[in-house]
Amino acid sequence: MDRIFLIISTICFLAAVVRTGVALRAGVFRPGRFNFLAIGLGFVFQTAFLSVRGHELGRCPLTNLFEVFIFLAWSVALIYMLVGPAYRLSLMGAFTAPLVVVLQGFALMAPIDVRHPVKLPANPSLEFHASVSLIAYGAFALACIAGVMYLVQERQLKTHHLRSIFYHLPPLTDLFAAITGLLWWGFVLYTVGIASGFFTGRPLPRVQVVAAIGVWLLYAAILQGRHLRRIAPKRVAALCIIGFSVALTLLWGITFSAQTHSVP
Amino acid sequence: MNLFCVGLSHHTANVETRERFAGGTGAECTLRAGGCAEVLVLATCNRVEVYGASEKRVSTDEIAQCLLQSAGVSDREHTAAPPFYRYEAERCVEHLFRVASGLDSMVVGETEILGQTKKAYQSARASGAIGPWLHRLFQRAFRVAKQVRTHTEITRGSVSVGSVAVDLAQKIFGELSNCRVLVLGAGETSERTARALVSRGVSDLRVSNRSNHRAQELAQRVDGQAVDFDEWSRQCREIDILITSTSSEIPLLTPVNLGPMLADRIDRPLFIIDIAVPRDVDPAVNEMEGVYLYDIDALRSVAEQSLAVRRQQVASAEAIIGEHVADFLEKVSCELKRASGIAGHPQVADRSLRASQL
Repeated sequence: MDRIFLIISTICFLAAVVRTGVALRAGVFRPGRFNFLAIGLGFVFQTAFLSVRGHELGRCPLTNLFEVFIFLAWSVALIYMLVGPAYRLSLMGAFTAPLVVVLQGFALMAPIDVRHPVKLPANPSLEFHASVSLIAYGAFALACIAGVMYLVQERQLKTHHLRSIFYHLPPLTDLFAAITGLLWWGFVLYTVGIASGFFTGRPLPRVQVVAAIGVWLLYAAILQGRHLRRIAPKRVAALCIIGFSVALTLLWGITFSAQTHSVP
Repeated sequence: MNLFCVGLSHHTANVETRERFAGGTGAECTLRAGGCAEVLVLATCNRVEVYGASEKRVSTDEIAQCLLQSAGVSDREHTAAPPFYRYEAERCVEHLFRVASGLDSMVVGETEILGQTKKAYQSARASGAIGPWLHRLFQRAFRVAKQVRTHTEITRGSVSVGSVAVDLAQKIFGELSNCRVLVLGAGETSERTARALVSRGVSDLRVSNRSNHRAQELAQRVDGQAVDFDEWSRQCREIDILITSTSSEIPLLTPVNLGPMLADRIDRPLFIIDIAVPRDVDPAVNEMEGVYLYDIDALRSVAEQSLAVRRQQVASAEAIIGEHVADFLEKVSCELKRASGIAGHPQVADRSLRASQL
């Protein structure tokens, strides 16, 4: 039953992707209310899925790779809903929806929804650590999306070849402000997530700790470079994309190999 | 009731002819006295058009005479036959919708015409020159224009060098009020571009020229501040936008001399508008990180891209207009039938009948 919610949610996000694709093909792209509504509806169904699954498990639904992916997709949509209007980044929806579709589509199709044979007891500290870390990933994902938007806009300005989307993308300085803001939000949340991991009351696997600190150091280096004005905005944008790709790969690796978060 | 449009535009008449018929303030009164029940004169720099509704047919010559009379031009001065066009009924409706949507403008998709049409409508309404027919027609025209603007890309981008430069600056910096601008060379195009930037909020404008006297003159005109020509390279460290149009034979800015200037401004983009011929800035500067260089050809190319997109959108705009013309005529036809008591016979509502009823 819970998967039905997820399928409907994926269809909503897919509708936003299709509409954007059709508009771009026709050369009349304009970010309208449709994308925001489609993503909003998709978010509601994501939340419904997580809620049903959470009630079923009696804990935060982060017990396997499937749930981690869905929670990550939910975090991306949540941060978009919070950040998009604040930075007037209505177009971000057009870039956010494909990422969510890929995450949810993969989660639905791949055989990764493996239930534990025994019901896992609730562990609030561990659940807090995992959920805050994943929301931080959502912020990093949005920073990555803003980075893509920055590079698209920058490329058009450099080559003097302005496409329809150019007129709807925000100015470079606004995009850079959004990237910086999202990086800071993600970094703070991730720091809280990592720190809370040390208070879960159980031994921490070395691979996970090393990977998590590696991601933390990567984003710390980007922010430090930005703060000291050592890295140009274009490079910060590119690093956001690289950083999130690395973080996502490590998240997959960690969750897939250990399924640790589900162990009480 | 005959609904018609008689006019001259940039398509059919030169500016001298248009000026002659541009009419005075009393054109509408004169035309009403000449037999038009309802009348509206739309006079802009590109067109002089009379929209009217009358029981009996008012000839094009009569309208031309009225226009001349209200403009205070004697008939003798008007020797050659003026190239007036005349649209009636359905074609009149279609023409007005095209005009209001900017499809008939010299620069396709320009939006100024809508404002001018609204102004003409308000003025005619205030003077009591228009009645229910033109009221309905113009209200629909405004709706059509809005829909065309919203549902197509007909107004997208800028089509003049100055406005392209300003649009690009806004796409780089967003709010321009915090931008610092240096105008290097006191040419006419750079002045126009500087003015366009000032009109969008730029307040810190510096002008530098080999002749300090000309720099000061331009600075005064654009409400800026004159800077010594020897100082301009130092200014490049502070500014966000550089407009250059000097008559230098060799490039003033190259990657070699710009590199050190950019060293301490890594997080701030620099937008360079080079309108000089020969160019003041080495094209290789565009390869530098955070520098966006547009020379006159690049600006024109962007303007042409916008114009090309606008032209591509004409078909979509025409489709919207076509739908509205049909719907407008349908509604008018229904009202006429209701008024004449034949509302129960919709089969007679064919297009020729509607056109003749109008």
